[in-house]
Amino acid sequence: MPQHPIIHLVKKDILLEIRQQYSLYGILLYIAATVFVLFLVIDEPEGAIWNGLFWVIQLFICINAVAKSFLQESRARMLYFYTIASPVHFVLAKLLFNSALMLLMSFVSLLLFWALLGNPVQKTAPFIGLVLLGGWSLSMVFTFLAAIAAKAQQNAAIMAILGFPIIVPQLMLLMKITSAAFNPVLSILWNDIALLVSLDVLVAILAVILFPFLWKD
Amino acid sequence: MYKSWWKILCVLLLIYALVAGLLVKVPNLPILGETSRNLFYHVGMWMAMMVLFICSVVHSVRYLRTMNLKYDIAAKNYATVGLFFGLLGYATGSIWASYTWADPNNPAFQSFSAVAREPKLIGTAVALLIYFAYLILRDSMSDLDKRARVSAVYNIFAFAMLFPTIFIVPRLLPSLHPGQEGNPALNFKDVSSEMRMVEYPAFIGWALLGVWIATLKIRINLLKEKSLLKK
Repeated sequence: MPQHPIIHLVKKDILLEIRQQYSLYGILLYIAATVFVLFLVIDEPEGAIWNGLFWVIQLFICINAVAKSFLQESRARMLYFYTIASPVHFVLAKLLFNSALMLLMSFVSLLLFWALLGNPVQKTAPFIGLVLLGGWSLSMVFTFLAAIAAKAQQNAAIMAILGFPIIVPQLMLLMKITSAAFNPVLSILWNDIALLVSLDVLVAILAVILFPFLWKD
Repeated sequence: MYKSWWKILCVLLLIYALVAGLLVKVPNLPILGETSRNLFYHVGMWMAMMVLFICSVVHSVRYLRTMNLKYDIAAKNYATVGLFFGLLGYATGSIWASYTWADPNNPAFQSFSAVAREPKLIGTAVALLIYFAYLILRDSMSDLDKRARVSAVYNIFAFAMLFPTIFIVPRLLPSLHPGQEGNPALNFKDVSSEMRMVEYPAFIGWALLGVWIATLKIRINLLKEKSLLKK
């Protein structure tokens, strides 16, 4: 039975990740090293600071994890994909794969934060859910920015320049929603979560519309 | 000279805004006093900036539809003039804030960050950062067609993400700034009816002036790049 091209492309990314494990371990080590540095410079911060540090670290992890998704594809390989796949399938496969990667990385960094920086979180289960949602939102935006940055030459730096202003609304929303998880009195706001999800959907739609223009060289 | 009516309109509206802006009777509110005349100039800068950024995005979309480099030049020049008006907006805003917000007796305003953590300031800071990034992205590529295409894609993507910032962030933060709910410029409750008679013509005048400057820059650039545009 023939499989959908998106599934094929995601499989290809997973296979690449398994074959070239250095990049996966590289990101894991990046997370471990950053959280360890934080552990050395600040001990057991209170809720608001913990939350702020956590999301800024997520931002940097996301840039590192997602940036390579388009940069690792050499020019020749992109040309090959150009002949066999449609741009919409290609970008959706990248979005799916990076979402999965970032969900994993968010979860790992959450565990490390709990282990090294203490646990001021009052509502554990909702917070885990919000971390996964936030990781997903970050990965969506930065996947598309990685596609843009891959076309410009100086990649890692330009991704930060392009991405930081754009990510501000999502990050502020995330900070506001998650701050409720540190305070037993406040309740989690479903309106804001719906807003965040609709932003992600907007990013996905924009990616599908705009990626075909980036694709051809 | 063709279609010059809007340039004449622009000059007339700005003369009207300058003269009436100084003569109109403004309500004497406690802290604001006569400084509320700055409304005609300060908010006018933001109006012009938003109009120019919208023009820039429209030209980016037109570029992607036609792949004609002249739209790319237009998009770039609208963005630069928009940035200029944004900086002017900050300048007029900081003059205004120094008379109204910067009260040395109020501990809330002691540090710069207490004043700067302000939804409208953040919204425009994001807008300016996005368009500075747009210019840097353009300069990082040397191939003309690729540069035009990639920067048009970024322009559209960033613009679509800018609007959530402008609508969402004000609802997340407390504000000193007038017009907390919704659009600050088009709020009917904050502004008296005499002031509105000057306010809207002034906004249109500033926006037209911005577009005028941008079209001049575009014409200069089109002449410079004549050889590339093939006719």
